[in-house]
Amino acid sequence: MRWIAVALLSLLSMPAMADQPVDGALGFQPAATQIAERIHSFHSILLVIITLIVILVMALLLYVILRHNEKANPVPSKFSHNTTIEIAWTLAPVIILMFVAFFSFRELYYQDVFPDVDEVEVVNIKAQGNQWNWTYTYTDVIVDDYPMEFVSNPIHRGFEGEPDGTFEAPRNLAVDLPLVVPVDTVVRVQTAASDVIHSFAVPAFGVKVDAVPGRLNELWFRVEETGTYFGQCSELCGKDHAFMPIEIHVVSQSDYEAWLERAQGSVLDAREFLASLSEGAQPVQLASAQ
Amino acid sequence: MPMDAITPHDELHDAEHKPGFIQRWFFSTNHKDIGTLYLIAAILMGLVGTFLSGLIRLELAQPGIGPLTHFVLWGVEDATLDQKIEAAKNFYNVVISYHGLIMIFFMVMPALIGGFGNWFVPLMIGAPDMAFPRMNNISFWLMPFSFALAVISMVVPGGPAGNGFAGGWVMYPPLSTSGHPGPAFDLLILSLHIAGISSILGAINFIVTILNMRAPGMTIHKMPLFVWAMLITAFLLVLSLPVLAGALTMLLTDRNFGTTFFDPAGGGDPIMFQHLFWFFGHPEVYIMILPGFGIISHIVSTFSKKPVFGYLAMAYAMASIGFIGFIVWAHHMYTVGMNVDVKAYFVAATMIIAVPTGIKIFSWIATMWGGSIEFKVPMLWAIGFIFLFTVGGVTGVVLANAGLDVALHDTYYVVAHFHYVLSLGAVFTLFAGWYYWYEKMFGIKYNGFLAGIQFWLMFIGANVIFFPQHFLGLNGMPRRYIDYPDAFATWNLVSSIGYAIVLVSLFFFFAVLIESMIRRRKADNVDGVGNPWGPYATTLEWTLPSPPPFHQFNELPRVK
Repeated sequence: MRWIAVALLSLLSMPAMADQPVDGALGFQPAATQIAERIHSFHSILLVIITLIVILVMALLLYVILRHNEKANPVPSKFSHNTTIEIAWTLAPVIILMFVAFFSFRELYYQDVFPDVDEVEVVNIKAQGNQWNWTYTYTDVIVDDYPMEFVSNPIHRGFEGEPDGTFEAPRNLAVDLPLVVPVDTVVRVQTAASDVIHSFAVPAFGVKVDAVPGRLNELWFRVEETGTYFGQCSELCGKDHAFMPIEIHVVSQSDYEAWLERAQGSVLDAREFLASLSEGAQPVQLASAQ
Repeated sequence: MPMDAITPHDELHDAEHKPGFIQRWFFSTNHKDIGTLYLIAAILMGLVGTFLSGLIRLELAQPGIGPLTHFVLWGVEDATLDQKIEAAKNFYNVVISYHGLIMIFFMVMPALIGGFGNWFVPLMIGAPDMAFPRMNNISFWLMPFSFALAVISMVVPGGPAGNGFAGGWVMYPPLSTSGHPGPAFDLLILSLHIAGISSILGAINFIVTILNMRAPGMTIHKMPLFVWAMLITAFLLVLSLPVLAGALTMLLTDRNFGTTFFDPAGGGDPIMFQHLFWFFGHPEVYIMILPGFGIISHIVSTFSKKPVFGYLAMAYAMASIGFIGFIVWAHHMYTVGMNVDVKAYFVAATMIIAVPTGIKIFSWIATMWGGSIEFKVPMLWAIGFIFLFTVGGVTGVVLANAGLDVALHDTYYVVAHFHYVLSLGAVFTLFAGWYYWYEKMFGIKYNGFLAGIQFWLMFIGANVIFFPQHFLGLNGMPRRYIDYPDAFATWNLVSSIGYAIVLVSLFFFFAVLIESMIRRRKADNVDGVGNPWGPYATTLEWTLPSPPPFHQFNELPRVK
């Protein structure tokens, strides 16, 4: 049985090639945060357990099909009780589930409880879902008495004649003004909505929280590698539900500060600055683009 | 019951006295005729649901928005392609919403509960009919009207983007209130209210019938497992549907009469609806699968030529699944922003369901163990069910973990999971029951070879549809998307190919049906007993001829 587990695990921990969905992929997008990392390893444990259970059931079924069929066993036995085995197959799942629950609660509390860090270092962002785009507010960055905010619109809406998807700007994932956050910093995202329920989700970060009218929900992440990450709205919100993606650029602290300075003047100016940063990105990632 | 008033001569005469066509099929109070009506209706409405799922798979076969543009803006001659694409986006959401609602309320529930429940609960407990035959009639006849309202609501104005309700089968506000100002959703609320009344009346009927009309000697602990399953299902219906009705009524008044139950602007909360909805919605999934559990137990026992292993454990496993089903609802809502301790509770409660479910799976295998298994068509479906339900069950254990569900919630992993337990679970039990009782119900034999082809094609096709959706979900593809990033193209194409295979299998389903109706091979009746499956089909319906007389058990059977 061990080789199966190893094979399955290796399937799911394919080398990190991209931080967006990959065609034909079997598992998660590569993790960019501790949260996602821990979710993936918890899932790997679970995958082994559930695979073994399915194999056990399949093996038992095959056994009875082959050995206890009409030809192989013309005279059926008559038993209909066996207290020992009934107790066994009640207790065994209980033990397995307690084992699972141990990891489950650990991961749940890790990702749900805001980490114990100095509030001064935290970057606070409010993500408001609208039909059908996101408004990002940097609540700590005050420009002319108001917090800095901009609307992040998708580049694609499913129409004819839109630009083809590229690795840098994948179809249905790229936006005009991405969210920019510093690397290795705790980011608190508070979600809200202006019309219907939306959901802020970034698979590579292992985060997903609904944006509900009249509520302020919260999630946090700390990204460990600079790069561009993508997410999509994950709660049905009407006609263009499929076309309100989330694009997040994770940059170094100094680049973040430089971007922030420009963004306070003009978001378009800041976007150009951001584009000049990604031109220096490693060509390794380009190679895997179609 | 004043049995002594009926002479033996009258008994024989009455047993086969059938009323005229209109009287019999439109004013029917006979549980078997009503069961047949339910089955016919479920097949027809299931075809509508299947057509809608075909539209989904057609649109998702390739990236971009294409096929659905041909289904919108009919009659608008100068519509541009972009206008059609906009309309298709709305139409796609309409399609997924009604696919879910129709398959649940108008296919699985009518077939399993209305169809097989009506047919076989009275037969299995040795009763002449249901307790309230006229209530049974209205239970059925409310349903076509409910369905008509649902279909009409697809073609009247819904939201600003077009006709029909496009807010998903879960109907979350504010998308279902301020997001859909048109009359479509009001019609749909009415439709679901009526469907709910129909189900509640049916459920009351089952509870009263099962508790009061069992043949002498049939104690609760001697009831066939299908009857147990129907009893528990009926209690789930009676307890959960009123909550849905209440939530729908609040939506109705929020929409039309200025209340703000779910509107934060007036002190309400959209999440409150989700709690109410899933308090109904989670028992609902057990409502769809428990009758199937009962059917599978009988089939496995019959064809293994052994009594059901652990009868009492099987019965109480179903009862505990029903009970726990009421205290796990918020595991559908892990991402709405609940307190972490609340989530932890729902994780624990949800995982407990795996224990009684495991008991069921292992007991079915133990029933087969040491048996002399005959691989007749119903048994193929039953074994297929046991395996595929296990696959769907273990992904349920994965999703139960709130800390992991955050990565999978509202992705195709969830779609794969619930189609494994419903589309490959509940629907497989439907076909299993259909082929188990076909000869009993209609008195004619079907072609086992053709039916076997249907099984294998559906087994392969349904797996090809839904297994790759696990991969899509893990890689992050969200649900309810008309168009997806190009990276999801391969598995979506595979999934759509699977749908084509299932379509061919459905062709064989109808071929079996039509072939048997044309050839009319009469079922074998030996001394007035029609039992094609041999001495291990032990429930009371097999002591009657095939088809059973119009009125049965005028003299109540005695159960030892």
